Amino acid sequence: MLDATPKKLAERTSGSMINPAKTCQPIGAMYAALGIHRCLPHSHGSQGCCSYHRMHLTRHFRDPVMASTSSFTEGASVFGGGANLKTAIKNVFEIYDPDIMAVHTTCLSETIGDDVPTIIRQAEVPEGKVVFHANTPSYQGSHITGFSNMTKAMVTYFAESQLAEKEERVNIIPGFINPGDMREIKRITAAMQIPFTLFPDTSGVVDSPMTGSFQMYPRGGVTLPELKKTGDAKLTIALGRFASSDAAETLEKKCKVRAATLRTPIGIKATDAFVMALRGAFAVEVPRELEEERGQLVDIMTDTHFHFHGKRVAVFGDPDIVAAMTEFLLSLGMKPIHVLTGTPGGALGSGMAGFEGEVKEMLSAAGISGNVKSAGDLFTLHQWIKNEPVDLLIGNTYGKFIAKAEDIPFVRLGFPVLDRSVHSYLPVVGYRGAMRLIEMISGALLDRQDRDAADEDFELVM
Amino acid sequence: MGVPSILENRQQSIVFKGRKKQEIRCETDSEAGCVSQRACVYCGARVVLNPVADALHLVHGPIGCASYTWDIRGSLNSGADLYRNSFSTDLKEQDIIFGGEKKLTAALDELIPQFQPPLVFVYSTCVVGVIGDDLDAVCKAASLRYGIPVKPVQSSGFIGSKSAGYRAACDVLFQLIEPPQPLEKDTKRFRLNYLGDFNLAGEAWIIRSYLERIGVTVNVVFTGDSRYEQIRGAANADLNIIQCAGSMHYLAGKLQEAYGIPCLSVSFLGLDDTAETLRAIARHFNDPSISEQAEALIAEESARVMPAILKYKSRLQGKKAAVYVGGGFKAISLIKQFREIGMEVVMIGTQTGRKEEYEKMDSLVNEGAVILDDANPAELERFMLEQGADLLVGGVKERPLAYKLGVAFVDHNHDRKHPLSGYAGAVNFAAEVYSTLGSPVWQAVQGGVRHGRV
Ligand code: SF4
Ligand code: SF4
Repeated sequence: MLDATPKKLAERTSGSMINPAKTCQPIGAMYAALGIHRCLPHSHGSQGCCSYHRMHLTRHFRDPVMASTSSFTEGASVFGGGANLKTAIKNVFEIYDPDIMAVHTTCLSETIGDDVPTIIRQAEVPEGKVVFHANTPSYQGSHITGFSNMTKAMVTYFAESQLAEKEERVNIIPGFINPGDMREIKRITAAMQIPFTLFPDTSGVVDSPMTGSFQMYPRGGVTLPELKKTGDAKLTIALGRFASSDAAETLEKKCKVRAATLRTPIGIKATDAFVMALRGAFAVEVPRELEEERGQLVDIMTDTHFHFHGKRVAVFGDPDIVAAMTEFLLSLGMKPIHVLTGTPGGALGSGMAGFEGEVKEMLSAAGISGNVKSAGDLFTLHQWIKNEPVDLLIGNTYGKFIAKAEDIPFVRLGFPVLDRSVHSYLPVVGYRGAMRLIEMISGALLDRQDRDAADEDFELVM
Repeated sequence: MGVPSILENRQQSIVFKGRKKQEIRCETDSEAGCVSQRACVYCGARVVLNPVADALHLVHGPIGCASYTWDIRGSLNSGADLYRNSFSTDLKEQDIIFGGEKKLTAALDELIPQFQPPLVFVYSTCVVGVIGDDLDAVCKAASLRYGIPVKPVQSSGFIGSKSAGYRAACDVLFQLIEPPQPLEKDTKRFRLNYLGDFNLAGEAWIIRSYLERIGVTVNVVFTGDSRYEQIRGAANADLNIIQCAGSMHYLAGKLQEAYGIPCLSVSFLGLDDTAETLRAIARHFNDPSISEQAEALIAEESARVMPAILKYKSRLQGKKAAVYVGGGFKAISLIKQFREIGMEVVMIGTQTGRKEEYEKMDSLVNEGAVILDDANPAELERFMLEQGADLLVGGVKERPLAYKLGVAFVDHNHDRKHPLSGYAGAVNFAAEVYSTLGSPVWQAVQGGVRHGRV
């Protein structure tokens, strides 16, 4: 497997990608839009892109993913896609009857230069229905950028500040994470008895229960009135700088809602930071329930630390998740010596340190020297691993090629996971998510140890 | 939610067998605003060329087009695995503004020396079609620099549907084929090309073994587990057999025209089709020993699988199937194959079926069955329910839809888990149908603790 990857690192200057660790903006926008109740994402471009995005999301979530397309043909590429989008808007409300239609662009409509807001203004939108849009040119950023842009569009289009005083409520922007994680974030916030709006919220949409009938618009998702009210909340917590901070900062500018950007709450430190931020802002006690979970997590960490200590790890995937995961690996005493994301770093928003800077700082604080790269690909990661082998690989499904080629234990984390199920239902965030991660990691490491142990070294108790 | 309405423009793309005479509207573009299940030209081209295992497949475009097609087909190979890597020029904003030719040249200059492929495919994507990069020129220059074929694939997504991509791929394959080696006079050889099998789950290997057993040599498979060397020599065959007509008829036509190689449409799906195909090949070569060996193989293999088929048939008798697949050829075979295991097809549709194929389907299905072209999920849902389908055969996007309706599912596309061709495949197919229809999980679907319905 991947026999073609040579060990020797050669300089690469062409800017081409070999085995990408990212994908394009529209799929992120589509995923974010699914997190609005009764919203149909719409892909303004050729049908092929839309098909791919739906297929990819369907494979990850194993749930139907609905989205419509402008179905560009040659005419559209010459005369612009305005007519297609107008017809599409008419047809979508006629046949699929969503409350909201979330239009995102693709490379094609961006390159042609369609002026989407103007087209939307000219289109016939039925009474009481809403169409909004985000520009998502795939030749910039990655799927994370697309998620960020669509989330930001929810703020620019919908957030309003109507009250003189801010309400005791928090907006939480979860970032590109699984619905299981979103549920856990909501559970933690609810346990602290703080009113909240999570947006986008794909729980109950792409992890909807089986009822024996197909719901085009399942029960989940943030509602339009809730989105409007985000402008009256007193705080927005953006979880993950790459996927969430842009929307939070936009909301701060637009409605003066204070914005705080935190790491995705993966691992003990990042979860602590999340809980403390909530406690600090709302002057509430941390409930026993969470104290207890944290205590259990610490107990598990001490019980198992000797399995982890000093183990070398390679981790790759989306920047927010990878940064948080790196922090957690360090908390466990492991050595993340190769850390890579496909998303280009730092270009989003203003004043943001790049991904590389953030991770390197963590590593050097722990006295570890390692390879860190943004805008990287899995070919590079594979070469790093060939040169400096690791004991464990963590990342999305595409990591399995490397894991097999190099015979490394592998833990699946992030997006997409195309070859296992259940992952999207259960959290990796919060204290309980951290427990689950420890279970996954120790399972991978110890199964390997058992598999490879000579009979005389094979132990019952580990 | 109520049953979704059918868009007026779509009504001509849906016909019921036995109701008023109406021709199906197909081979058209999708409606804007549809949740179309259709893919693009690039997708079609990639599907056809991807199994060429020793080629370097470079996608010229922004990253997405390459990411979504990284190893998505379960096309197996024996050895070379360069095709399982994903290469993209990853176009950025400045390339869109100033053109991507420079970047493509740089990518080729980096990748070819690094990977030393015998052949490179460069796929054009939508954006490249619009910014107007001269793929031909860049590829030609690279080809001269490195002395290997570097082939542009004209697969901009918006210039048609998947079938246009098949065509683009066939054009490229044809360019790679060299004139045949002269034959000694009167030499008799039984050598064929097998077109339209992508070796999903190793299917082409099964067929190859059958053909070898009856004394026929497989020159090259287009394109399952193929190599550049084999493709070059494709003209050294006496017959082309085509399975997936949708993608390969065009290539077969070109080979016939250029080198006089006759062709035969075949199907290895189901017992009857497989037997009929082997006999047709034997008839074509008109050689008694091949006929004898074909009959022997048919008898032996049928006898071997019949008990299993009959066992499944007795359990599946009377169940109803809905089918929604890519091309018409597969749809036709599936109607017959379901009949072999006692099932009736009550809904049948394709993404890109051709008119003749729809006529054929119409002649095969029972009264009242619904036939649809380029269906959207709402239509699939509606007709599966109306027709009382117990099972859906489809691709990735249809699977969760079926499950949500409590309908069993078999993947007959990229995600198939077992080979479905030939005799062994017929048993696998019946087994898959049975294992999903017979699973106890469906009993849980109806339950619910809240209303005490467990
Ligand atoms: S951009 Fe074009 S080629 Fe690429 S996936 Fe979309 S439709 Fe297909
Ligand atoms: S990169 Fe652009 S063209 Fe390709 S799939 Fe994504 S949106 Fe479509």
